[in-house]
This record gives sequence, structure tokens and C-alpha cells, in this order.
Amino acid sequence: MRALCWAGTDELAVREVPDPELRNAQDMIVRVRRSATCGADLALLGGRTPFLAVGDVLGHEFLGEVVEVGPEVRRHRPGDRVVVCAAVSCGACWFCRQGLFACCDNGSTGPAVTEAAWGQPTGGCYGHPGALGGFAGSHAEYVRVPYADVGAFRVPEPVSDDRAVFASDAAPTGWMGAELGGVGPGDVVAVWGAGAVGQLTAGAALLRGAERVIVVDRHDDRLRMVQRHVGAEPLNYRYVDVAAELRERSGGRGPDVCVEAVGAEAEAPGRWGGGADRPLALREAVHSCRKGGTVVVLGTWTGFVDAFPLGAVMNKGLSVRSSRQHGQRWIPMLLDRMARDELRTEHLATHRLPLERGTEGYALFRDRADGCVRAVFSP
Amino acid sequence: MALAVLAAGATAVRALVVPRRAGWPRAAGPDPRPGRWQVVTVAGRPEDVLPTGRWPEPLRRLDGAVELHARPAPGGRGTELAARPLRGEAALPGPAAHLVGDDLGLFLRERLRQVKQLAETGEVLRADRSPVDRPEAAG
Repeated sequence: MRALCWAGTDELAVREVPDPELRNAQDMIVRVRRSATCGADLALLGGRTPFLAVGDVLGHEFLGEVVEVGPEVRRHRPGDRVVVCAAVSCGACWFCRQGLFACCDNGSTGPAVTEAAWGQPTGGCYGHPGALGGFAGSHAEYVRVPYADVGAFRVPEPVSDDRAVFASDAAPTGWMGAELGGVGPGDVVAVWGAGAVGQLTAGAALLRGAERVIVVDRHDDRLRMVQRHVGAEPLNYRYVDVAAELRERSGGRGPDVCVEAVGAEAEAPGRWGGGADRPLALREAVHSCRKGGTVVVLGTWTGFVDAFPLGAVMNKGLSVRSSRQHGQRWIPMLLDRMARDELRTEHLATHRLPLERGTEGYALFRDRADGCVRAVFSP
Repeated sequence: MALAVLAAGATAVRALVVPRRAGWPRAAGPDPRPGRWQVVTVAGRPEDVLPTGRWPEPLRRLDGAVELHARPAPGGRGTELAARPLRGEAALPGPAAHLVGDDLGLFLRERLRQVKQLAETGEVLRADRSPVDRPEAAG
């Protein structure tokens, strides 16, 4: 089959690779119909993640059609149209049973790696073959889906592929941002980052009854999208003092919930432990948040950050929460909302390309060129 | 057989009361020193994790070389399963040493994780085969 492979730092190539195979009884094989780029891939693309090897297939946000199921798969059969959660989780360990699917004990085949890096092993993720599980990515014609009954969900008929593909990762991540923040009616919420996750966080906050939602970014085209498609207020940090502006828009208090949906800079140097990330948006979120408020770290980070404002966290009584997304908790609900037109995501797919043009799609996405929010590939 | 199960009501396994101070591990985590306890928490009761007191695969081949304990985890979180070499700092004997290799702690930890996966999911999760491992892969 054809797949988009990592070929070295800042290099990708579409190559012929062997078809995936059933490796466990709970596996199934999915023929990919849509696979989206994600900001988390940029650290991989830049060679900033240890154990990534030349030839590894990238991509973790996808939707497709079931073509083969293992003997222990009960909920799916060939022909089903499914969206697959980006997180690989067993559904049976204590963490999964608490709804903490990204913290799964059994979702990775190489738990010693993350245990060494972070102190505990975490669940797996497609397209992070070395560090997060040993699973090939979705920028390919076919993908193997472990624990298929736990991680794959049938897509309701009225929901288009272009909408449902974001139920794999961006939409549950955004929903989780609002949930971790405890967003409720009357809240003022600020979100840093107007990418897909930031926009979907803002949308989730509004669906949960937030009074005002303000999205901070530096790209006017994305901020226009926030206004038009999400109904949130744009704030371009190139033109204004963000903290002062947020204070003014929240009665002098500061936002109740501040969500950082930016993550590590893709171009920052070093692999895990080899270089510190710079949390510019996170520092601003901590500084801006009201006393006793909640800061949610939603962006993707892999290692260390410098100059984190712990003094502000402590003296202002902030709560800081974070996670990779526990998508299995929310994907059915999000698909239902998509089917009811409450949640629309297809505008995020600003560039639809065949898989053969995957290298070009990543260049657009990485450089934010041509108004690219997400490139979505169809094999 | 160094198999101890601390399970109230565990009738199907041989029970041996071991006080917490008597060497029960206080902290899990990889440690290069041989002899350290390696521990995982497995969903399920001790008698489910070690049915009829039998050593679970893939630890069975280490019977006689490794000490194994199981007891209920606090808060209803399942069973704490711990293993360490019987002879502490000494190297393992014969076939066990061959199986373990150089890093005893890592080996035991991996095997405990496999026990846990089998108990919780029914299978040991396998990685995708790397394209470069397969001769048919084309560049």
C-alpha cells in the first residue's frame, strides 16, 4: 500500500509499504477514507521525538471503512464506516474504567519508553511508532486498529466524512479542554490558539454555556474563521496587550478558564531532555487567568519547559489541568452532536488533498500557508 | 514455590501473611539493582489474577528463581502483583538467568506487564511490524 512516511528531519515521502496485518485477536483493519494533519505531528516531522525511525508512517486522526476484523472483535464488521480515536486504549485497565483512556496501562507496546521519560507509561497513539505504542499511522491506505471495540465508533449516516474525521482527535480534545476547565454557564473563557483544537475548544465552551469566549492568535484568517464558524471573539496578540484586553473583557477579573491550545513550538531544538520548550502562550494564560481560575494545558508537549510562572499559579490559587485526550469518553456524544448539526467541523479542512500530495499538505500546514488550518488526505 | 497471596477470602490459592514491613515493595518503578521488587496493579481479585494459586504465564518458567506476591490493592483498584529474585543480589540460576538476560528489573517488569495485559485484556498487545523489518518493503 501507499503511505506517507517520515524520511528524516523535515522530510516526508510517499512510499510503498507492506499492508498492515491483524496482530492481535481484538484488531481490525480499516481502509482509510480521510486522515488529517495535527499540530502534534510537527514535532515528529521536525525529528524532535525519540525513537521515530525513517520509514515510520505518520498520522493519527482518521476515518475509514472496516475491511477485516479479528476473532475477538464484536462491535464491528466489514463495511462499517468508523471513526477511530487517536488514542490506543484497552478499555479494561483501571485507568480506562475511570474514563482516563489516554492514561491506559495496556495501550502501548513499549511502556518502558514513556515510563523513563515521564515516570509512568501512557496509552498509545497511532503514528507515533516508537514512543507511544508501536502503531503505524493513518496517512496510509490501510491502518491496523488494536482494541477495535474500544477505540472505533460507527459514524451516523447523516454525518459526512469531512465532518466526522475530526471526531477522531481534534473534537474530543477540544471538548476535553472545556471539561477540564469546568466551563459552565456565565463563564468567561479564553483560548490560546485558533487552530482546529482551539476552535473546537471555543465551540465546546459555548455549547457548555459560557458567556464569552475569546480566542487569541496571530493569524487574522484563523481569527475570522473563529468569528464566522464558532461565534467566539477574536483577539490578535500582534495588535493588543492580551492580558489587559482580557481583563477589560472580563470585568477586571480575568477569564475564569484559560485554555492553552498551542503546544510546543515545532521548530524548537532538541529531543526529549535535550532542549527546553518555550511556553509563551501558557505563561500568558497563567498571567491572565482570574484568581482561583483554571488553566488547561491542551497543547502537545513532550519534555520540559523553562520559566514556568509557578509563583503566579500558587499566589493566585490557580488550578492547572492537562491531559492527552480521552476520546473514547466523548466520541459517541460528539458524533450525535455532529448528526444534529450542533457541531460542525468541516470548515477546518481547509485543504483536501490526495495522499500522494501529503508532503505538500504538511508544508502548507506547518507554514500556515494559504490559510491552512488542517490538510486532510484521501488515499 | 515462593508464591504468596494476601487475599481475604481467597480460597483457591495458598495464603501466606506477609506484613508490610517484611519486604513488601513501597514504590514501583524500574531500578537497575537486582533484588528490588517490581510491581504492577492488575484489575481483578488476587484469586482471579492467580487462579488456583498457579503461577501465571509468562512468569511460570521463573518458578523457583523469583518470589511472587499478590494482594488486594487499596481503593478497590485490583491486585498488586510483585516479583523479585529469590536470591536478592545474586545472579539467577541456570535457565532462569538465560531467560532474564542482563537487566533483571526490566525483565521482571516486562513480564509482570504481560501478566497484567493477559489478565485485563486477554492478550499481549503486539506492535505493528516495522516496514524496515520486512523484506518486501520498498523505499
